[in-house]
Amino acid sequence: MTERIKQKAHIEFRLNDETVEVAFAPHKTLLEVLREDLNLTGTKHGCELGECGTCTVLLDGRAVLSCLVLGLDAEARSVTTIEGMAEEGRLHPLQDTFADLGAAQCGYCTPGFLLVAKELLEANPAPTRDEIKDALAGNLCRCTGYIKIYEAVELAAARMRGEEALPAKEIIYGYE
Amino acid sequence: MSKNGNGGNGNGKNNGPLRVVGKPFRKVDARQKCTGQTKFADDIVLPRMLHCKMLRSHEPHAVIKNIDVSKALAVPGVHAVITGRDLPIPYGILPVSQDEHPLCVDRVRFIGDPVAAVAAVDEDTAFDAMNLIEVEYERLQTITSIEEGVMISEPRIHEYGDHGNVHKNVSLEFGDLDEGFAEADLIREDVLFYEGNTHLPMEQHAALAHFDPDGKLTLWSSTQTPHYVHRALAKTLGLPASHIRVIATPNGGGFGGKSDPFNHEIVVSKLSMMTGRPVKIALTREEVFYCHRGRHPVLMKVRTGVKKDGAITAMDFQSFLDGGAYGSYGVASTFYTGALQTVTYKVPRYKFRGARVFTNKPPCGPKRGHGTPQPRFALEVHLDKIAEELRLDPAEIRLNHLAPPDSVTANYLRIGSMGLGKCIEKVVEGSDWKNKFSGWDRDNRKLAQGKGIGIACSSYICGAGLPIYWNSMPHSGVQLRLDRQGGVCVQCGSTDIGQGSDSILAYIVAEVLGIDPFDIRVVTADTDLTPVDLGSYSSRVTLMTGNAALQAAERARELLTIAVAEKLSVPIENLSFAERRVFDVENPETGVTFAEAVVLAESKFGTIGTVGSYTPPRSPGKFKGAGVGPSPAYSYSAAVAEVDVDAETGIVTVERVWIGHDIGRSINPVLVMGQVEGSVYMGLGEALMEEMTYRANRNVVHKFPSLLEYKSPTTLEMCDVVTYLVEDADPNGPFGAKEVGQGPLLPVPPAIANAVYDAVGVRIDEVPITPEKVLAALRDKAKGKEPRYGPKSVPDIDWPQPLKVLTPDEGGDGREMPRVAVHS
Amino acid sequence: MMRLPKFSYRVPQEIRDAVRMMADSGPAGQFVAGGTDLYPNMKRRQQTPKTVISVTRLRELNQITGDGQKGLVIGAGVSLTDVCEHAVINRDYPFVAAAARTISTPILRNMGTIGGNLLLDTRCNYYDQNYEWRKGINFCMKKDGEICWVAPGSRKCWAVQSSDLVPLMVAIGARVRLASTLGERMVDAAGLYNDDGIDYLHKRPEELLVDIHLPPTNGWRATYKKLRRRGAFDFPVLGIAARVDLDESGVVRDAKLIMGGVAPAPMEVRDAQAALIGGPMDAERMERAAEVCYTKARPLDNTDFLMYWRKAMARPFVLRALEELKRQ
Repeated sequence: MTERIKQKAHIEFRLNDETVEVAFAPHKTLLEVLREDLNLTGTKHGCELGECGTCTVLLDGRAVLSCLVLGLDAEARSVTTIEGMAEEGRLHPLQDTFADLGAAQCGYCTPGFLLVAKELLEANPAPTRDEIKDALAGNLCRCTGYIKIYEAVELAAARMRGEEALPAKEIIYGYE
Repeated sequence: MSKNGNGGNGNGKNNGPLRVVGKPFRKVDARQKCTGQTKFADDIVLPRMLHCKMLRSHEPHAVIKNIDVSKALAVPGVHAVITGRDLPIPYGILPVSQDEHPLCVDRVRFIGDPVAAVAAVDEDTAFDAMNLIEVEYERLQTITSIEEGVMISEPRIHEYGDHGNVHKNVSLEFGDLDEGFAEADLIREDVLFYEGNTHLPMEQHAALAHFDPDGKLTLWSSTQTPHYVHRALAKTLGLPASHIRVIATPNGGGFGGKSDPFNHEIVVSKLSMMTGRPVKIALTREEVFYCHRGRHPVLMKVRTGVKKDGAITAMDFQSFLDGGAYGSYGVASTFYTGALQTVTYKVPRYKFRGARVFTNKPPCGPKRGHGTPQPRFALEVHLDKIAEELRLDPAEIRLNHLAPPDSVTANYLRIGSMGLGKCIEKVVEGSDWKNKFSGWDRDNRKLAQGKGIGIACSSYICGAGLPIYWNSMPHSGVQLRLDRQGGVCVQCGSTDIGQGSDSILAYIVAEVLGIDPFDIRVVTADTDLTPVDLGSYSSRVTLMTGNAALQAAERARELLTIAVAEKLSVPIENLSFAERRVFDVENPETGVTFAEAVVLAESKFGTIGTVGSYTPPRSPGKFKGAGVGPSPAYSYSAAVAEVDVDAETGIVTVERVWIGHDIGRSINPVLVMGQVEGSVYMGLGEALMEEMTYRANRNVVHKFPSLLEYKSPTTLEMCDVVTYLVEDADPNGPFGAKEVGQGPLLPVPPAIANAVYDAVGVRIDEVPITPEKVLAALRDKAKGKEPRYGPKSVPDIDWPQPLKVLTPDEGGDGREMPRVAVHS
Repeated sequence: MMRLPKFSYRVPQEIRDAVRMMADSGPAGQFVAGGTDLYPNMKRRQQTPKTVISVTRLRELNQITGDGQKGLVIGAGVSLTDVCEHAVINRDYPFVAAAARTISTPILRNMGTIGGNLLLDTRCNYYDQNYEWRKGINFCMKKDGEICWVAPGSRKCWAVQSSDLVPLMVAIGARVRLASTLGERMVDAAGLYNDDGIDYLHKRPEELLVDIHLPPTNGWRATYKKLRRRGAFDFPVLGIAARVDLDESGVVRDAKLIMGGVAPAPMEVRDAQAALIGGPMDAERMERAAEVCYTKARPLDNTDFLMYWRKAMARPFVLRALEELKRQ
């Protein structure tokens, strides 16, 4: 039998642009710390083994799987979760287009996709369809067939570039 | 005023153009889902909550000799440990298959069957304690395949069922088959196999139970069927149903995998009753594989007689299902493998025999398309082979022999609207079929080496015509509450599994009441607050809850109309509802706001609440077994797949799928598109790579219960999809709508199989179409052997005497013919 | 949720501290960098170290220096994403960047390191399973059991070498620097691997992989071909790394053909190399080399795909690798 852990680790880090302090059992992953010790349940989990991309968060701006990062490793670093994507009550353009195009069906994989797409668009404001596919290849979705997700990323990218883009008719109504 | 207050045929004809229906509104919960605020079951936390882990059998088939939980109970932080003895009452989704226990009582039937459960202060403690439970097993012989299930009758996995390890064995015959085959110019027989696969929702099942000090139980669970869970809890816990509340949390994907009541839901409820504290369980991915209830592996033999022009004269279909260790929906699944063959093309005489066996594997059940993708694969590949033998274009052989709309099939399914012809025309034109398909001429191919094109069609039900347990009550109920502030709350037992069913309720109510869908509060899937809806399965929700919502909304509209007409002194028929106003269509400036209309109605009638409900029309079939297949409407799909086959490796790449889907009418086209694309995705996965396989010689372990090794296509495998929505409004659907959640999956695997044949000339008569199989068939072809990979025969089984029914064309009345003694 | 077992976590700032901590921890210690290999194994209880020592703060492990002329040194802690994107690597060693891009997924490449990939635990469908699953087969010899279920008569474990970079590093003659409390040593990549699924490294557990030294790119060319089910996530079930050194007339001066994913260690196919050396890269010689690789490949039934097919794929994959080298 494992002996009870009596000591919690105590760290401070930037979480969604706020400084937070949190205490937790030191063997916990960032996923568990976010969900269980900070009550940020927007970060989901699908396997906890690095096989699905569901638990993705941004660590210092880079997408990582929170199920395979120790909470301790967040110390003094910056973490962005889905809860931190909207700024001052305004949805991020990606959140808007995901909502508009039904790119979130069950919505469970959505936080991970949104954060990876955010990382992509920050590095590459005009990705091709193939570049989007490559960037999102580490996130599994069982609902959408990914297509509405690509379309939402493309639409958001266009809007973030300042274009007044609208979705093509066939995206919404199908082909004639 | 609407005349469609009766629900059954309400198709929502209103005066004026549609303002919500058919428009690409956001889902009512879209912003929540994109901001991480949707609360899935595992996101809910209650004070003093305990965590549960379940110990699962590592033996595939064994008698439990003894369970010692003393060491687990002694662990500090453990509050309760239970075993099968604590929950002795069996349950199961179907009344005829009450064969599961929340925890195994004296026998385990597959690796993963739960035997004990722990509630502890945290998951680590529960896990450690779980591993201290000692179970003594006595191994039994295992049954690992369809063949073994048919052949080995002892030991029986269950003490019930048709015989030995054959759970269900059925035989139905519609019309004179001999006569049909005698009329045929060509009779062809094929044997095909569809491997099992699983739903793999991204959200692992989770449930949280709270038995409160006043003796009421609340269960939050990621379930598609809160009503059936409610019934299972009442039965197994011995609590009055009225003391139980089941709340289905938004499902992080379902696909049929959360449609059974599950052992973990009952276990946490029991643990909460024992400890007086909330108890939560969140399954691991491996455990989700053990919940399964996924696609049955089905071995099929189909024999069809056709005329020279491809008209079918008779069809004889046999299916053998590997059911796994429990009944689940299996009896229905068995009938479904034989039900929908008749609704796409005219099949004048039809025979179906089906057998489901128990095996020592996780139980199979309903996955997207429930029991119909397998026979659809068989039928569409078989039809492709028939087309080749007859030298007919496979698109035309289908188009020329469609089942007629507004007709009753040989097996007594009533077809209403039927848009398959348009679907075929769309995909044929869109894919440039005529310039790509080589007309079976391998020497003058139109496509490049290794490229191929294939077509297939399908149909699916828009809701099961009968409930799972016998009753004559509605299948769906909606309650609508309007308050004096103008607030509208729609309440319905339906469960949003990502398909957008909550939004459908809002769209329909908004359309009828002339308000914005986002004005409406939608409360669903809560057995305390919402009227019963049977659940999110069988593609029933849009049609059934939609009709119920329509009825409730029209009733409310009627009350508002009367009150407003009286106030404004305009004729009732002049009033229209739009843009949050109720006004005179002849003098649009004469009117009141919607909120004022509610005040007027409330002043006149008292509190405004209306209800709506929906019961499907009665099926014309009256024979035993007629309960599976009937539906208020059938959706139709046609798909063309274009593939690239690497002849050196056998690797198949699906480049593009063109798919036409007969939706009846889109309530929201962008959501329909999403369902079509998602269905193509899931069909692609099943066609190429997904499979639930076991190592029979290694204690029947699941080969790879993980997201890494169960191959779910990534962005890099997903093909392009070109979608056509065919709108042929069905009189039974709300505003003419039919289903889209499941049907578009069905044509994808056979279209791909047919395209592979077109590309490289080998028939892969089983899914998944893996490179190994393609390469094996290509090598056989090179050696001059049959260019085919697939099963060769079906097991010998004693089929029961067929239940014979005259077809409608033969003057039948849908009843079984009296059995005539056979003289030798 | 799958959770980690309890352990103590150390984050040294200097290599000498790291190796001392490791020496102090003994067999219960384990280095970790990206965690993408170790933590899943710990969650499944395949590995249960009592002390985990992070190497992520070791500055020397996070550098890339040199170029194709002098040779390149890549710190073991450099992330795979950085390997994929590094300008000099893309210019002078594009095959290394290309091979790295085939590893798992973009997110996992953000986390995983080149050193971690080179030391990746061997993989097997009987081993990479939860504790409860492994109990169902009464465990295997790699962890908690006696038998190798892949080859029950075998006294050796047949878990598979599953890194994409290992065959390539062996093929191009990379060397690695190992550090311990006893000092440092340089080892050829080829000498780092042992053909045993359990004892798969010729490296003492307390030795820390510091960096990887790529040889100067004076004339030779190399490539890597990977077989897997999906374009992301999946480990190789066959990996072909090829290197050829041609003289001015196009005659093969030297050749390396290394197969990964078919045995517990990367497999150098000497007869296939011999078939290429001394002549031009013509169809006959390339086919002969591919044929030899096919004959030598002996994958077993412990990864995705049927083993006979994985074996059969050696031929086209070697051919494709060689054809690409010929074109370069």
